[in-house]
Amino acid sequence: MAAAVGGAPLVEARQLATHFTVRRGLPFARRTAVIRAVDGIDLEIARGETLGLVGESGCGKSTLGRSLLRLSQPTSGQVLFDGTDVTAASRDGLRRLRRRMQMVFQDPYGSLDPRMTVEQAIGEPLRIHGLASGERRRQRIRDLLGLVGLDPAVAKRYPHEFSGGQMQRIGIARALAVEPDFIVCDEPVSALDVSIQAQVLNLLVRLRDQLNLTYLFVAHDLSVVRHISHRVAVMYLGVVVEIAPRDRLYAEPLHPYTRALLSAVPVPNPTIEKQMQRMILKGDVASPVQVPAGCRFHTRCPLAVDRCRVEVPVLEEKRPGHRAACHLVDVARPV
Amino acid sequence: MLLEVQHLRTEFRTDRGVLTAVDDVSFDLAEGEAIGVVGESGSGKSVTALSIMRLVSKPAGRIMSGRVLFEGQDLLQLDEAEMQKIRGAKIAMIFQDPMSSLNPILTIERQMTESLELHMGLNRKQARVRAVEMLQVVGISDADRRIDDYPHQFSGGMRQRVMIAIALSCSPRLLIADEPTTALDVTIQAQITDLVRRLRREFATSIIWISHDLGVVAGLCDRVMVMYAGQIVEDAGIDQIFAEPRHPYTLGLLNSIPRLDRPVTAELIPIEGSPPDLIDRPPGCPFQPRCPFAVERSHEERPPLEEVRPGHRVACWADVTKVPD
Repeated sequence: MAAAVGGAPLVEARQLATHFTVRRGLPFARRTAVIRAVDGIDLEIARGETLGLVGESGCGKSTLGRSLLRLSQPTSGQVLFDGTDVTAASRDGLRRLRRRMQMVFQDPYGSLDPRMTVEQAIGEPLRIHGLASGERRRQRIRDLLGLVGLDPAVAKRYPHEFSGGQMQRIGIARALAVEPDFIVCDEPVSALDVSIQAQVLNLLVRLRDQLNLTYLFVAHDLSVVRHISHRVAVMYLGVVVEIAPRDRLYAEPLHPYTRALLSAVPVPNPTIEKQMQRMILKGDVASPVQVPAGCRFHTRCPLAVDRCRVEVPVLEEKRPGHRAACHLVDVARPV
Repeated sequence: MLLEVQHLRTEFRTDRGVLTAVDDVSFDLAEGEAIGVVGESGSGKSVTALSIMRLVSKPAGRIMSGRVLFEGQDLLQLDEAEMQKIRGAKIAMIFQDPMSSLNPILTIERQMTESLELHMGLNRKQARVRAVEMLQVVGISDADRRIDDYPHQFSGGMRQRVMIAIALSCSPRLLIADEPTTALDVTIQAQITDLVRRLRREFATSIIWISHDLGVVAGLCDRVMVMYAGQIVEDAGIDQIFAEPRHPYTLGLLNSIPRLDRPVTAELIPIEGSPPDLIDRPPGCPFQPRCPFAVERSHEERPPLEEVRPGHRVACWADVTKVPD
């Protein structure tokens, strides 16, 4: 599956941070607060690789995806795409980069203009990037529709005429129009009905293998992420707390947060469900405005000790290719 | 039986014509039993629940026929005043979005004591004591103080706990939960399902739990009903339905989801096509256009929901235990 993986990373984040300033309290109040959505992330994605990114809502996973494409403006740090600094790129430079970096959104209805036909929607990036016009563009659109499993005859129809699954296929075709290398898939199947999810997941896998695409696959569903990813990163409150090859992460999660997440996933098997000893976390995720000192997870961690409340754990290699940010990992389970 | 739903049919008038959301649905629910209702959007799970509660939105929606016997009494024959005495007191319902049923300008205390005074005949002081108790039961710490907060002061998971506390405060015989954990994170969902399991043991409340997540249902329910296009297509005990599904749609659902309890496969087995149009329906089995097992009769005649073995009902002309051609 990971045949093409290797060599220099296609995408790289270095100490990437994206903060948002928001007004707090009543309208017109002067008080502001800083949301540290992404707060110092280092990661690499190899060409042809799919990196899964999981975490609870508000952990910053979508913002990280958007920051890699500079759809959200990073506050500090760097994003390198195929060696080019995305964060420092000029308007023109960014436009050229965007041809190679695309995004598939969760809500295909919200991401497509309801007044545009399918042909116009898929043709728009081709027009903007000056890639094809006239009959060549129309032919390319028909090819793209075929590629994502839609009848090319639907080109003249409008978004509201399609089901959720078909719309997501159109969103994928639009992302593929400019022949990108890298696609950020932000919860691409979570708004779809169960029976349709599998269709779209299969399509994404097939396209990846056929076109040698690199994905950042952002999702809250750990079963879906396991299915499609080569490696998986777990985010909590703006930072990566664990990152490992897929099978390693699911078989031997090291970080207590990853363990809690995995044990919370309900399994469609009543026998397993009856026997399962769940690690149930108390309370909610802390606020990304007032990030806890020390380990950000210590307020919910059932294993936390004094050190966790004061000292920030570093994301470091605990096993070959398997990094985690937890003071207790080596103590509890020696390498 | 606590609840007997018989031949329930609920329709909606739309611009395009009449939409049959619930199409001849019949099932029983025993005292203390928890039944999961699964299916995709538009399958009729929510409308079935709303029909039982007589909360189908008028004038577009209408219960056309059938009976809903609750403790032997047909709820469809009650007038609105009588129905209000049942809602909240004997049958409580919680929704996916707790804010849709919480009043944003009233404190939690006011919202809880109101129904306790109305249904349980308590005075305000007694009602407050009971309300605080219920908040403690669902794990709201510092409940005596937090009860005076407004809904927006709680997180999503806490609000759903508050909703459950409100729903259970009058000790209903039946709790109907419509996708109550769908909008929540998986760790919060685990807290809520753990809580419901505990409450079930403690209060012996019967439950109808509507969900699209087969995993949640597997961990919570005694029985599962699978709905498709407004109909029940399969109904069986929890172990039976997961181990030996007999309807092609149930089988398809179980095969199409990636599962943590199984090795990763290269490809998922999707259910091809999309759910049918509920307004302009072809004859025959509603699942037939997507069904790999369909036989000739599936095109012509709608299969009845029939018992294939004790406690296991299926609506299908084909036999899924045989490999399709």
